[in-house]
Amino acid sequence: MPSLCRDCLTEFETGPRCPACGRPRIVAHDELWDLSIAHMDCDAFYASVEKRDNPELADKPVIIGGGRRGVVSTACYVARIRGVRSAMPMFKALKLCPEAVIIKPRMQVYAEVSRAIRAMMEDLTPSIEPLSLDEAFLDLTGTARLHGHPPAVMLARLVKRMHTELGVTGSIGLSHNKFLAKIASDLDKPNGFAVIGKTETQDFLRPKPVRMIWGVGGAGQEALERAGIRTFEDLLRWDRRDLHHRFGSMGERLWHLARGEDTRRVTRDAAPKSISNETTFADDIDDPELLDGHLWRMCEKVADRAKAKGLAGRVVTLKLKQADFKLLTRRQSLPDATQYADRIYRMARGLFDREPQGRAYRLIGAGISDLVPGSMADRVPDMLDPQAETRARAERATDTIRARFGEDAILKGRSLR
Amino acid sequence: MKVSMERSTLLRAVSQAQSVVERRNTIPILANVLIEAEGDTVAFRATDLDIEVLDRAAAMVERAGGTTVSAVTLHEIVRKLPDGAQVVLAEDTTAGRLTVTAGRSNFSLATLPKEDFPVMASSEYASNFSAKAGVLRRLFDKSKFAISTEETRYYLNGVYMHVADGEDGRALRCVATDGHRLARIDAELLSGAEDMPGVIVPRKTVGELRKLLDDDDADIAVSVSETKVRFATSDITLTSKVIDGTFPDYTRVIPSGNTRKLEVDAGDFAKAVDRVATVSSERSRAVKLQLDEDRLVLSVNAPDSGNAEEEIAVAYGDEPLEIGFNAKYLLEIASQVDRENAVFLFNSAGDPTLMREGSDTSAVYVVMPMRV
Repeated sequence: MPSLCRDCLTEFETGPRCPACGRPRIVAHDELWDLSIAHMDCDAFYASVEKRDNPELADKPVIIGGGRRGVVSTACYVARIRGVRSAMPMFKALKLCPEAVIIKPRMQVYAEVSRAIRAMMEDLTPSIEPLSLDEAFLDLTGTARLHGHPPAVMLARLVKRMHTELGVTGSIGLSHNKFLAKIASDLDKPNGFAVIGKTETQDFLRPKPVRMIWGVGGAGQEALERAGIRTFEDLLRWDRRDLHHRFGSMGERLWHLARGEDTRRVTRDAAPKSISNETTFADDIDDPELLDGHLWRMCEKVADRAKAKGLAGRVVTLKLKQADFKLLTRRQSLPDATQYADRIYRMARGLFDREPQGRAYRLIGAGISDLVPGSMADRVPDMLDPQAETRARAERATDTIRARFGEDAILKGRSLR
Repeated sequence: MKVSMERSTLLRAVSQAQSVVERRNTIPILANVLIEAEGDTVAFRATDLDIEVLDRAAAMVERAGGTTVSAVTLHEIVRKLPDGAQVVLAEDTTAGRLTVTAGRSNFSLATLPKEDFPVMASSEYASNFSAKAGVLRRLFDKSKFAISTEETRYYLNGVYMHVADGEDGRALRCVATDGHRLARIDAELLSGAEDMPGVIVPRKTVGELRKLLDDDDADIAVSVSETKVRFATSDITLTSKVIDGTFPDYTRVIPSGNTRKLEVDAGDFAKAVDRVATVSSERSRAVKLQLDEDRLVLSVNAPDSGNAEEEIAVAYGDEPLEIGFNAKYLLEIASQVDRENAVFLFNSAGDPTLMREGSDTSAVYVVMPMRV
């Protein structure tokens, strides 16, 4: 069976240890030299970077996240042993692991490491699809002759380089499509290398729960469970048309995924589908003036990012989380796409005003979606709001000033609330 | 209750009811139609709490009474029955069912008590008048395309029906706008309508009303109060709440000083716009109009997919002008023109443009240009 030593990268035929270096970190699989779609996922990325930069933290439980009311964005493996998980509210994490060292995220540092990893991936293939700072899909199809080694070897070399040069570890999932590669990278974490070949795909999936499917969240899982679908085995029993009828286009996708089929390509820099910003308050806020100030700042951030990316949105979304954690999202489509903070804010504010007043919220957010190029935004003035043009001009002037003299050079009074 | 009636009469009454009923209901009885039989008529009533439709149909009433059943189910059943069938609706009070029988088909439907059905409170109408269906159809058909879907500006989600000073004296007027385009349609002020309060008739009501207006010469009894509006034919009564809000002062939006005049065959114009817009796949496709002495060049330039150009002969005598519009907006207003040439009045490339049919000022459209 084709085998690879993950330490010295020797390729050989079967054996419990590497014939060259004698170490036992071996990946062996019948299709090892043939598979070329991979998913690379860094292990506890933010925490690893922090531990690298401060060796004293090495054996301590480390949690990256913000504030008392924030959520865990990353927990190191020491903290994970105690039950801490990402996206867990901080107070809960601290209950499980009171001695944890909490570190506020240093996004700039992480982004720098991420860029370095990205550069290493670029040496392997131009087909890279980053999902976030710390994970990406890679398509190495047809690169074996160029590199002189099959994809598996190049991937093992990638994580080895990441470890020696950047001090972070990553896990590789190697398979024949994105769906399975993503599942594989999670099988052998941390510092893992897992392979799902074509021949074992069906047998591998059959007993697995459908919540493994990326994108099937709580609600999706519930809908599937109501239909009696828990595992891929259950899913296989469904007729294609019935699935489509019951779950729409998602049903169609499920039918294929149940058979281990996924035809999505690894696409470089997939265009974002939405731009949004949200903030969780240290204490619940019911003061409409304060909420209004937060809402404006969120909208301004969304507009800043939209302008920076040269994008505009046709749909404005308002997101509110009530004190009881109930999440409300309200959306409104615009006849003419926009990238102006003023228009996003007015629309979001209109949506906010339609909600019962005086409620307390723990989170507020705003976003735009249904994105189009910025050149196609704000092209038809509103006859009923002649002041809008003046405000748009003021916003453009403000942007110019902020570009030259810094973010805080000029602010709206509203943002000081 | 037990009644017998002809399938087509029943179908008409039930289809009107089921279209008012909301598809997704949290209150079960709102999915139902209230059926009440007395004398020699059966009344079908349905509501979404904002609109109520009441349809009276002639029937053989064997036993008076009333109940409620799912409007959609009853409609589906009646729709699938053979034409000309005689349908018997009979209430089985002990089982809480309504049986529907036609020929050899038998259906038994779950009912909810008629006492629970929310009947819209009757109200005092400040103004009552009678209008020909054709007149109302023109007022609403020509204005409804401009209704806004922006829920945050809820006061634009309908047609503003009011009395105004038109070009030829006082007029019954309908206006709709979404801020990008506006339609202002006038009709002769009917006696009894003089003191009518201005009301915003919601989009859904406009849609339901349309079904009452197919017969040009039918008389429609219109009743208006500050909070409600009612349209009634001899059989059907449509009552609706109006939108509680203030319609913006639209008069300042309608340009009066536009002097550059373009006259064009509306059909040719619409077809040309439609053709050049084909090359762009965006939803808000921009069409550029280049005007010169008796010449109009329409063009679309979509960097990703291609470009198109078409020239049409027009009547234009002013200085050259270049102006852009959303293709969809142009098509919509051009399709309102049915008798004469379309007359466009421009000011500059950044100002609202006015469109009317020939010299007829009883239907005026305003459209905002698009930066291209």
